[in-house]
Amino acid sequence: MTATAVVTGIGVVAPNGLGVEAYWSATLAGRGGLRRITRFDPTGYPVQVAGEVGDFVAAQRLPGRLIPQTDHWTHLGLTAAELALADAGVDPATVPEYELAVVTASSSGGTEFGQKEIEKLWSKGPVFVGAYQSIAWFYAATTGQISIRHGMRGPCGVICTEQAGGLDALGQARRMVRHGTRLAVTGGTDASVCPYGVVAQSATGLLSGRADPARAYLPFDADASGYVPGEGGAMLVVEDAAAALARGARTYGQVAGYAATFDPPPGSGREPGLRRAAELALADAGLPLDAVDVVFADAAGVPEADRHEAATIARLFAGRPVPVTAPKTMTGRLYAGGAALDVAAALLALRDQVVPPTVGVDRLAAGCELNLVRDRPRPARLGTALVLARGHGGFNAAAVITSAAPVITSAAPVITSATAVIAAADREERN
Amino acid sequence: MTQSTLFTLDQLRSIMRRCAGVDESVDLDGDVADATFAELGYDSLAVLEITAQIRQELGVAVPDGAIEELTTPRHIVTYVNDRPAAG
Repeated sequence: MTATAVVTGIGVVAPNGLGVEAYWSATLAGRGGLRRITRFDPTGYPVQVAGEVGDFVAAQRLPGRLIPQTDHWTHLGLTAAELALADAGVDPATVPEYELAVVTASSSGGTEFGQKEIEKLWSKGPVFVGAYQSIAWFYAATTGQISIRHGMRGPCGVICTEQAGGLDALGQARRMVRHGTRLAVTGGTDASVCPYGVVAQSATGLLSGRADPARAYLPFDADASGYVPGEGGAMLVVEDAAAALARGARTYGQVAGYAATFDPPPGSGREPGLRRAAELALADAGLPLDAVDVVFADAAGVPEADRHEAATIARLFAGRPVPVTAPKTMTGRLYAGGAALDVAAALLALRDQVVPPTVGVDRLAAGCELNLVRDRPRPARLGTALVLARGHGGFNAAAVITSAAPVITSAAPVITSATAVIAAADREERN
Repeated sequence: MTQSTLFTLDQLRSIMRRCAGVDESVDLDGDVADATFAELGYDSLAVLEITAQIRQELGVAVPDGAIEELTTPRHIVTYVNDRPAAG
């Protein structure tokens, strides 16, 4: 028995917008949230630019008791979860608590909280380390706090596959729904824009050290220099389609396919697993490659990884110039939050029949000749989106997201709606 | 600190606010001396955090075994005032 898993709620906490509509209008307008790091003085650090959720004030969003015992990453996750549940029109208190699940992705746990406590440990001694360190910094903290806050006591878990985590959590949420869970909160956030976080990340050699926010993260560009990190992400409410229909829920789209693969060891000479993940996800959805209307790229921003992804897309679609986009050029790579936010963007793209743009890319690198949607949103008839994600260390995941409504064959009303959305974004840009 | 300076409920309130936060439904400035920590929204981990802070600021260590007996703010104030600081 395979219940159909649909997304009925989206909560976004992103560097370029807090809340779904703020994020989406900024994204369509090409307005990014990358800037010189302000959460600490980055002078002398290997990373200068990040995507920060500037307008977030925890005290305005969260219970006073929760703030001191949780990391910024959990603050963002709790906020996104609350927004997603509200967007879904669900009051968890009205659903039996063991039928509610939480599965989030985490990439580095409560990094900033952990740094502060470790600083106390080395500078003052063990008795100065706070009791909340025990619950704030481990990977499952956000899942646990969402579960406690909303009384969601069904299957709960956390998945740590770096930037692939958002899709892996979504796949796990779908599995739970298929096994009888009534509703799952899933997605991910990250907030490791702190000295400990960026120093640890820089060890991979994949981050951009550039100081100009407009030139620091340029995936598929000839001038690509690595990526910049960001904080935030998205949470989604996933439900069984029949149950969602029965309660009259609005549905954004369906999690039609999902697959994960792992890369062969470095130096093996074998092809990395991204293409197989995409093929397996489409097979899982029962859809041909021809059905894919848009690809949300992983967009590493690292030349070799960009070339590999571009070649993978070209080979998958056998030369068909499928539109590809990377709205994460406006947020930076959000690690556990990145693919979750891409799924949110894919669902909104399907809703509004418009592909959000990739910003900042001037000149495609050799080997990256993609049909990249650049700078301005592109109206299109969209029924199926393929979301790709790679996590450092060999993780690959792909998700196939299909629109809630049957694909409309008459373009006329669709284009009207997309044009209206773009016109609104243009107005906002001018203002 | 010297013996002449007594630890007050207001000092405890300040520590509670600072290290464990305040539940929105609770008026910590109200008559809370004899309310239980549970009634005030503080779980056992919160009380552990509060006593750790007292140790750091006042030098009075509260052994783990004693914590379970300290169920109200008044208990903690009395406990601290009955014991000299470690220095």
